[in-house]
Amino acid sequence: MAKITYREALKQGLREALHADPKVFLMGEDVGRYGGAFAVSKGLFQEFGPDRIMDVPLSESGFTGAGIGAALGGMKPIVEIMTVNFSLLAMDQIVNNAATLLHMSGGQIHVPIVIRISCGVGKQLGAQHSHSWEPLFAHIPGLNVISAGTHEDARGMLLTALKSPDPVILFEYTGLLNVEGEVPETAVEVDITKAKIRKEGKDLSLITYGSGVIKALEAAADLAVLGMDIEVLDLRSLRPLDEKAIFTSVQKTHRAIILEDAWRSVSISSEISARIMENVFYDLDAPVERLCGLEVPIPYPKHLEDACVPQKEQIVSQIRKMLSK
Amino acid sequence: MNREELRTKICGLLKQIAPDTEPEALKDNDKIRDVLGIDSFDALQFIVALDEHLGVDVPEKDYAKTDTLEHLLNYLGEKIH
Amino acid sequence: MIEFKMPSLGADMEDGTLIEWRKKPGDFVKRGDIIAEIETQKGLIEIEIFEEGKVDQLLLQVGDKVKVGTTIAVINDGAESLPQQKPAIEIPETIKPDETKPMDMESAHESLSHRIKISPLARRMAEDSGIQMGDLTGTGEGGAITREDVELAISAQTSKTEKSKSPVDQSLGIRLAVAAAMSKSNREIPHYYLESRIDMRNALAWLSEMNVKRSPKDRLLPVVLYIKAAALAVKQCPELNAEWKDGLILKKEINIGFVVSLKAGGIIVPAIHNADQKSLDQLMADLNDLIPRARNLKLRSSELSDSTFTLTSIGESGADTLYGIIYPPQTGLIGIGRISEQPWAENGMLDVRSCVSVTLAADHRASDGLSGSRFLSAFNQFLQKPETI
Repeated sequence: MAKITYREALKQGLREALHADPKVFLMGEDVGRYGGAFAVSKGLFQEFGPDRIMDVPLSESGFTGAGIGAALGGMKPIVEIMTVNFSLLAMDQIVNNAATLLHMSGGQIHVPIVIRISCGVGKQLGAQHSHSWEPLFAHIPGLNVISAGTHEDARGMLLTALKSPDPVILFEYTGLLNVEGEVPETAVEVDITKAKIRKEGKDLSLITYGSGVIKALEAAADLAVLGMDIEVLDLRSLRPLDEKAIFTSVQKTHRAIILEDAWRSVSISSEISARIMENVFYDLDAPVERLCGLEVPIPYPKHLEDACVPQKEQIVSQIRKMLSK
Repeated sequence: MNREELRTKICGLLKQIAPDTEPEALKDNDKIRDVLGIDSFDALQFIVALDEHLGVDVPEKDYAKTDTLEHLLNYLGEKIH
Repeated sequence: MIEFKMPSLGADMEDGTLIEWRKKPGDFVKRGDIIAEIETQKGLIEIEIFEEGKVDQLLLQVGDKVKVGTTIAVINDGAESLPQQKPAIEIPETIKPDETKPMDMESAHESLSHRIKISPLARRMAEDSGIQMGDLTGTGEGGAITREDVELAISAQTSKTEKSKSPVDQSLGIRLAVAAAMSKSNREIPHYYLESRIDMRNALAWLSEMNVKRSPKDRLLPVVLYIKAAALAVKQCPELNAEWKDGLILKKEINIGFVVSLKAGGIIVPAIHNADQKSLDQLMADLNDLIPRARNLKLRSSELSDSTFTLTSIGESGADTLYGIIYPPQTGLIGIGRISEQPWAENGMLDVRSCVSVTLAADHRASDGLSGSRFLSAFNQFLQKPETI
């Protein structure tokens, strides 16, 4: 297996998608000549030309709307929104058009758009570029919301997302861009409807997504040394949720903790916690617990940024407490 | 009572003293007490049994003559006839 | 009124199971009467009563298992009355089915104030397996009962039922009882050992002389001399005829615990009461009665619990010397090896004599080497003059 950065994995996925289907094109702020704000699309402009790697004006509402129009017109647009904070400007297009047209048209009009959004902390980009708002999107019926927490998904999710007839929001993580990881030489497309067990275990289910996956795996490795066998479940799809995978894991381990960088209130973790209670209450051997981001705007200084989201040490100590070890 | 009958009788008495053992399996020259695990209290019970069932009073000085089946049969043979 | 309690028949006994009541309410009992038969690790034990009066209430049913110290009967001795007693069952062997039914809502509300902290999974498992949640100890976060706690209780219950289903393995029970008592002793009692070699010439000659006139069933064994000599010798060293329980408690009676080895392994130690006051013939008669009953595990409660000092004799074909372990809470034990011919120096001359090696194991909290030494010396002197004892 080759070791590449998360950024390189995203780029490989883009390139493969552009090669695979001439209807696919990328549009977004600075994605072309500049090579993308985070250099994800660097070189693609030279390779595919201005018709397929399209720089757009700084108007999220405008270019997202244009992307939706292209999708309605039979194209397969990939719209890149630089950070999740800016996505709020496109929220009207996403919610009122992309997510709604299928319903409004009585099932006649699909919107096959993929909107890539960078999110999360880790780059000291301050309170207007660093948030984890996956829950905002996962709240909306009509959207498919997926989250690439591993290198494999960073490369493969886009290809599968483009096959969806309906809008897909794909979250990518700025904090992971320079992190190296292994990607199988052959794997290309990945299933985007199912959660995936990243590490099997029997003592406790550590349920997470996105930037939580790598932290969870590191914490599980530390806990394994202490004799605790933790199962790490990567949700991957935040809407719809793969309930079966969650319940099966909890029925096996009887204990669950949900980890996310997003704010605690009305979050992915609160939703999962509720569904566990509703469905597998009698399999629980301890209360479901959560580790979430602090409910503050993400600060600029590194140490405060780190303090705002759960870190490995916190995960380890919380789980040890749950297992009374 | 011939020697075989006497032997059977003795084995029966030993079985009462040491119920978990197999006196029939004793060889002629086996040390009875060692093989059957008979302690001094049981040994005295056996002497009492010889007295009560065969009418042979074995005085203490003759205890040594009762150590194996062969010796015991010889000894009792003399006493009974 | 007198509360009659499940007696302790040794440091290792924790509980007993009622097999039979020998008395019924209204019966008069007097000291020494057998009131019940109780099954313990040491077999079926006849329980004696030490009071006089009329049996007022019997508080156990056949098959009930209760801890030592639980009141099992009430005897009316004419003194003031006790309130009506409820059977004090502490260890249910089986759980009645209706106890495991889910609570109705009313009683659930009532019990809100003292809800049991138990995980949903553990609760479900406990209910499925008929485990009483109130009996469980939680080891989870904040003392919550978890799956692990229930699993532990289930396995404990299973082993208990298996135990009660199969016939009690007496030999294992005895082994465990010996193990418990000896471990306790070795853990808690600081033993010291003294050893003496004793010339048995006089004692054996005197015994032969006695026995030659006797029919086999009246003959004496050397061990009765040991018992009598030991009983007389502890009088000169009362700290050895005592108990240590946060302090020395001297015993008035001298009851020699006599170690009987069982055919299937293990030992049992019945008491020979007031051995210092009994003649050798009486002692021999006691042994003739006690040893077979001990080997059939048919002893009385007083015989199991009254020993004040222990004597163990390895027998004729055993080891030369024996270093014993004190039976708690006693403070001393005499161990006697086998008699064998040995060179004996006396008055500048060498002779061959029948000798025996005698050891004293004593609790150093209760006595010291000098008094222990005095005991061995007295024991020797009694054996040198068997006709006087």
